[in-house]
Amino acid sequence: MSYLKLNGIDKRFGNVAAVSGLNLEVAPGECVAMLGPSGCGKTTTLRMVAGFEDIDGGEIVAGEKLLSSKVQNYYLPPEKRDFGMVFQAFAVWPHLSVFENIAFPLRIRKLSGDEIKRRVDEALRYTNLAKFADSRPDDLSGGGKQRIALARALAIRPKVMLLDEPLSSLDPHFREEMRFEIKDIQRRLGFSILYVTHDQSEAMALSDRILVMKKGVVQQVGTPRDVYYRPANRFVFSFIGLSSFLRVRFASGGLYVDELPLPLSAVEAAPDELVGAGDGVLAVRPSDVDFVDEGGLRGVVRRRSYLGEIVDYQIAVGSQMLRVQKTRHETGPQVGETCGLTFAMANWYPLSDIAEA
Amino acid sequence: MTGTLRFGTPQILFGLAVAILVVFVAVPVLLIFFNALWVDGAFNLADTIKVLSEPETYRALINSLILASGVTVTGTIVGTFFAWLVTRTDLPYKGAMKVLFLVPFMLPSFIGALAWKMLLSPRSGYINRFFMETLGFPDAIFNIYSYHGIILVETMYLFPFVFIQVCGALERMDPTLEESARISGADLFTITRKITIPLVMPSILSGALLIMLYSMAHFGTVAMLGIEAGIYNIPTLIYERIHQSAGSFASIRTATVLSTVLVFTAALIIWAQNKILSGGRYQIIAGKSFRPTEIRLRGLRTPLLLFCIAYIGFTIVLPTVTIFLVGGLNTYGLPISPENMTFDNYYHILFEWDLTRDAIWNSIGLGFASALITMFAGVIISYVIVKMKVRGKGILEFLGMLPFSVPGSVIALGVILAWSGKYGVNIYNTIWIILVAYIARYMAFALKANSAALEQVHNSLVEAARASGATMWQALRDIVIPLVRPGMVAAFFLIFLPALRELTVSVLLYGPTTRTIGVAIYTLNEDGETVYAAAMSGVALIIIVTAEVVVKRFFKVKQ
Ligand SMILES: Nc1ncnc2c1ncn2[C@@H]1O[C@H](COP(=O)(O)OP(=O)(O)OP(=O)(O)O)[C@@H](O)[C@H]1O
Ligand SMILES: [Mg+2]
Repeated sequence: MSYLKLNGIDKRFGNVAAVSGLNLEVAPGECVAMLGPSGCGKTTTLRMVAGFEDIDGGEIVAGEKLLSSKVQNYYLPPEKRDFGMVFQAFAVWPHLSVFENIAFPLRIRKLSGDEIKRRVDEALRYTNLAKFADSRPDDLSGGGKQRIALARALAIRPKVMLLDEPLSSLDPHFREEMRFEIKDIQRRLGFSILYVTHDQSEAMALSDRILVMKKGVVQQVGTPRDVYYRPANRFVFSFIGLSSFLRVRFASGGLYVDELPLPLSAVEAAPDELVGAGDGVLAVRPSDVDFVDEGGLRGVVRRRSYLGEIVDYQIAVGSQMLRVQKTRHETGPQVGETCGLTFAMANWYPLSDIAEA
Repeated sequence: MTGTLRFGTPQILFGLAVAILVVFVAVPVLLIFFNALWVDGAFNLADTIKVLSEPETYRALINSLILASGVTVTGTIVGTFFAWLVTRTDLPYKGAMKVLFLVPFMLPSFIGALAWKMLLSPRSGYINRFFMETLGFPDAIFNIYSYHGIILVETMYLFPFVFIQVCGALERMDPTLEESARISGADLFTITRKITIPLVMPSILSGALLIMLYSMAHFGTVAMLGIEAGIYNIPTLIYERIHQSAGSFASIRTATVLSTVLVFTAALIIWAQNKILSGGRYQIIAGKSFRPTEIRLRGLRTPLLLFCIAYIGFTIVLPTVTIFLVGGLNTYGLPISPENMTFDNYYHILFEWDLTRDAIWNSIGLGFASALITMFAGVIISYVIVKMKVRGKGILEFLGMLPFSVPGSVIALGVILAWSGKYGVNIYNTIWIILVAYIARYMAFALKANSAALEQVHNSLVEAARASGATMWQALRDIVIPLVRPGMVAAFFLIFLPALRELTVSVLLYGPTTRTIGVAIYTLNEDGETVYAAAMSGVALIIIVTAEVVVKRFFKVKQ
């Protein structure tokens, strides 16, 4: 059962296809994060849902209500959509008090004075702003302003909240705190969230599902675990988390990295079509590589650096470089030593699959 | 800087800065205050109040207030509306419209007033005559010699003060402030009323105060259109007293009292403006700049475009065309048709008549000299104020504020008091007295442009030069001056261009051979030489517009 539906959305700016054929369904109470490199169309998608941009193809539906439709050339204006929205730069109105900022959407809806007071107080309580009701927004910190924006969006009790990088203008400390507060409020009030972010840890922590985009095209939609452990392609693999790649040649005698043999015992088998193609890319997370004394792929440690909790290795394998990370408790080889490498978890991608955004 | 009492470069610069401001600005202003408030060497406020309550003085004060308030209200409405139209809507050709709305800024308003006199004076104005003679109206449809007429013409030239400020604020404003109101359920009308206008209110008010400041002290339009109907404001009454009464004691006293009122009003307005700018301006600047959502005008798009075109045609094109056509007539009052037209007037003005030829060279020479001198004086003073730590800088900062609140007529009067021989130097009736007055008049522009440039030059740049062994002078010459050169160029043109079209100051100071362009036009018009006044205005427009365009193109000076 889904509430918000985006069916085959297209959007062009001049010749630039900002979004192409995007499909997404968001269930009630679900949080979906949109993740992707700068300029991939996340904001544009959110603004089409909000109604600030027309669409060049497809339709957007919320519940039984049609919001945007290219075929019918129908667009419900943003003020009629009853969504809550929080912008990156807060967008709280400096000439109104905190209370009046939050009351604004309720006054527009012509609610009674008592009802407005009740709802604003409730929103203030949810966002821990109760004692600032009469302050001016400019007297509050960035985190405080973002809370006002959140409270204002909550006041109308929307079914869907749209958030465009709401935490990116906060300093890291606040960011984490607000992240948990948003999640907490959502759990209590049960609205859906469509959440745009650059920050993958934010997406992982907050969302039930993550949508990864590249140049306006959806690459994968799945749970945080899915996109991390089963990336649909090399782009998603490299975009989420740390990644390291090795070009591998498939010959009748076995697998080779440059001229070095890669024992079959050291890695998951590659899919048949890749083996047929003769070469492919082995994609690994640096933390999924293990050092072994005997066997494995042979490499030479070129650099070894302590990064606090972890130790980071650069390992030369033939002419290629592999990155490995181990916790500081594990013992590993020293610079210049030769070591054996096995891969606890790995993904195979065709050589033609380009990782860059 | 050295902390000892040694007499070094900082002290020399400081002394120089104080001396310039005292001689050129403080002394004239103090002489005015002294003449206004002291009688026979004794402080006498009662007599000052007596002067103020004389019917003519009192009337001029009220008139200044009425005219300034009227212009402020209309100019603010017009400026805000057009600013909103070109920044927030999908009006066609917005960019071109924005440029055109700024054109009145570079045109002298007294030339506009002259044109409107030729179009709408009750008996001989071309438009009025057309309605009476051709359409058979019994009376003139509009009398430009009236409060309404003056307010109308001043509005045309002063609304850009608000327009520029509001355009800037609307363009810089974070569009998500409006979008979050939209997603909250507000329609565009509500958003404009409840969010947009309140947020740009500080800019609207600060522009409005600029209009007020300018209009209070404005001479040209009121002199051209008001005197006929007996409407005097403070500057025109000062002019009338100084010129008509040949410098009698009573008239000087009235003029100084009026000047004092003007200075205090101006200071009050500037104080209010600073208050608004520093206290009330909200942080509404966008972090990440999106294209703001445009309000769709839909059915109103074409009508509003036509309205803008009509406004520009009516307020810029029509007066300009009128000036050039009337300037080409054989005799004023003839119908504008080919057989009545000639180039002789223009030829006469440019090549034969000493009066007008001198005026052109006087204005160019005065503009150049005052711009050059004031620019260098401005650098020195700003440098001391912005960069140096010397004792007594507070005095200098106060003196540096002074030029901002001293209107042109006051400067001119002060210069007359100071330099007419009473204190040993008599340059009255010479070109030098106008130059001295221009330096005082435009010091504010030089200080503003140079301080802005100097504030960009970080102290560490100079310190690095000093650490490398440079003396103060060498650091100034090799580091500071090159870095502030753009500010100096800006200051030069911010002075040169307005000086070309200056009237208020020079009209109080001119002598038989020291007319400026503005004075020549003004006196020709007063003497009934309307056709020559128009031709001279045409020539002035060509000079001014050419200078503006050349400067904008080659020096990229922002005003
Ligand atoms: N109003 C517009 N006019 C023209 N092009 C636009 C407009 N808005 C967005 N674009 C273009 O559409 C593409 C997608 O932009 P969008 O803002 O949606 O990216 P984004 O994923 O939100 O990026 P970021 O992470 O930097 O915010 C970009 O190429 C952008 O330049
Ligand atoms: Mg974005």
